[in-house]
Amino acid sequence: MNAAARVPRTLVAGLALLAAIALAVIVIPMVSPYDPVAEDVSSMLRPPSAAHPFGTDQLGRDLLTRVAAAGRVDLALMVGVEAAPFVIGTLAGLVAGYRGGWADRAITLLSDALIAFPFYLLVAVVAFVTGTGVKGIFLTFLIMGWIIFARTVKGATASLAGEEWVESARVMGFSDASILLRQMLPNVLSQAVTVLASDMVALLVAIVTLGYLGLGIAPPTPDWGTMIADGQSFLATRWWVSTLPGCAVVLVGVALALIGDGLNDGRRA
Amino acid sequence: MTTPLLELRHVTVRHGAFAAVDDVSLAVPRGGALGIVGESGAGKSTLARVAAGLVAPAGGATLLDGGELAPIRRTRAQRRRIQMVFQNPDSSLNPRHTVRRILAEGMLLHGTLGPRPARADVDARCRELLRMVGLDGDMLDRLPRAFSGGQRQRIALARALAVRPDVLVADEPTSALDVSVQREVLDLLAARRRDQGLALLLITHDLGVAAALCDDVAVMRAGRIVARGPARTLLADPPAGYARELVDAARAVAL
Repeated sequence: MNAAARVPRTLVAGLALLAAIALAVIVIPMVSPYDPVAEDVSSMLRPPSAAHPFGTDQLGRDLLTRVAAAGRVDLALMVGVEAAPFVIGTLAGLVAGYRGGWADRAITLLSDALIAFPFYLLVAVVAFVTGTGVKGIFLTFLIMGWIIFARTVKGATASLAGEEWVESARVMGFSDASILLRQMLPNVLSQAVTVLASDMVALLVAIVTLGYLGLGIAPPTPDWGTMIADGQSFLATRWWVSTLPGCAVVLVGVALALIGDGLNDGRRA
Repeated sequence: MTTPLLELRHVTVRHGAFAAVDDVSLAVPRGGALGIVGESGAGKSTLARVAAGLVAPAGGATLLDGGELAPIRRTRAQRRRIQMVFQNPDSSLNPRHTVRRILAEGMLLHGTLGPRPARADVDARCRELLRMVGLDGDMLDRLPRAFSGGQRQRIALARALAVRPDVLVADEPTSALDVSVQREVLDLLAARRRDQGLALLLITHDLGVAAALCDDVAVMRAGRIVARGPARTLLADPPAGYARELVDAARAVAL
């Protein structure tokens, strides 16, 4: 059996969907005749039509262009905010799982202490200190986001630390750093990436929720959360203003969930 | 008297109050083979791990060519000289690495093939190693899961031999293998001893394996060596006590 035959269909579907979304949010603002932030009072709250496939919002802005432009902002933020916690948490988990002892205790203690804080309370506190916007989201996720990777990777690494191939590498004379990065990391990375996929969904929901609550990305920069909040007062009569940005969030969530499931299935196969 | 190649002096390993290895001393001469036999839990594997620098003893020392080695923090050059093969062929190879990488990385770390060997030279040496352990040289791109237990154990042996060690610590290298494969691995070890002057510290619960491969045998029980001597005499005419019980039990099973 070759490697391609073992790639789960859910993973392929998830990656394809995410690629299509990424392509759409990159290309649409480039080719659209409308500016995502330019207001046009002559065409407010128009329903979907040939000229405006997603309709327009309460300030007459083309919703398709805005959903795509907001996707650029939210997805770039999602990836950018997740990168540092992923790397830090994975490395911390590797060291704690391999070393055990004080490294394990220190990381467990720190993560237990941080996890005791309700997430959105911490967001509000950080937003209060840094002001609303990207900086607060980034800082909050840096503080909290590494924990789930550290815990996952720590468990996976600890279960491998007694394997004879790890002992062989020590007998061979490889340094601890080399054993961790070159021998063990390839064996635990797929678990960390599975967590990454599901954590990104949670992060996207958080970014959107913060925007919705007015704690996230500040207007007029388009963001799915603020767009959903803007449209809620006309939800009964002008459904598209809130619903279409909401659908975009759901689509990204489905793509990431499929990727996470696919990675999980691939590892079990 | 010449200095032994590998020597353990008064080694003690404790797990809490329990002494897994209790004041054990032994020596393996250059090109010699010492078998450590005994039942499960006797402390044989722990002793092997002390020799290989995986376990720090509570007391005692490991010496190589008369020079004392650090218990764990050994230099790269010291590490190369003492290699080890393990008991379980299912976990002895990194599941994500190809056979090429498994065999080549030790040689590249230690510069066995010179400072910057060409890829073709590394591949050629890997193929040669595979053939030496009785495997097909064309299997370099495969992952460990493509091999049987016996084949994996031979790959593990090839990995250890790749860096041209002086001592091979073999911890039950054949106990997880079929009888026919056991014979092949034992023959391989005997050939390496003969052709390469490899010294062997063989851990086994199988007296027949020890007799086939070793000059001397030490019998371990509850962390201590209770009998030792030349393999032929010790196994043919064991002294009264535990060594005799062990030999008699093995004979009874063989019948």
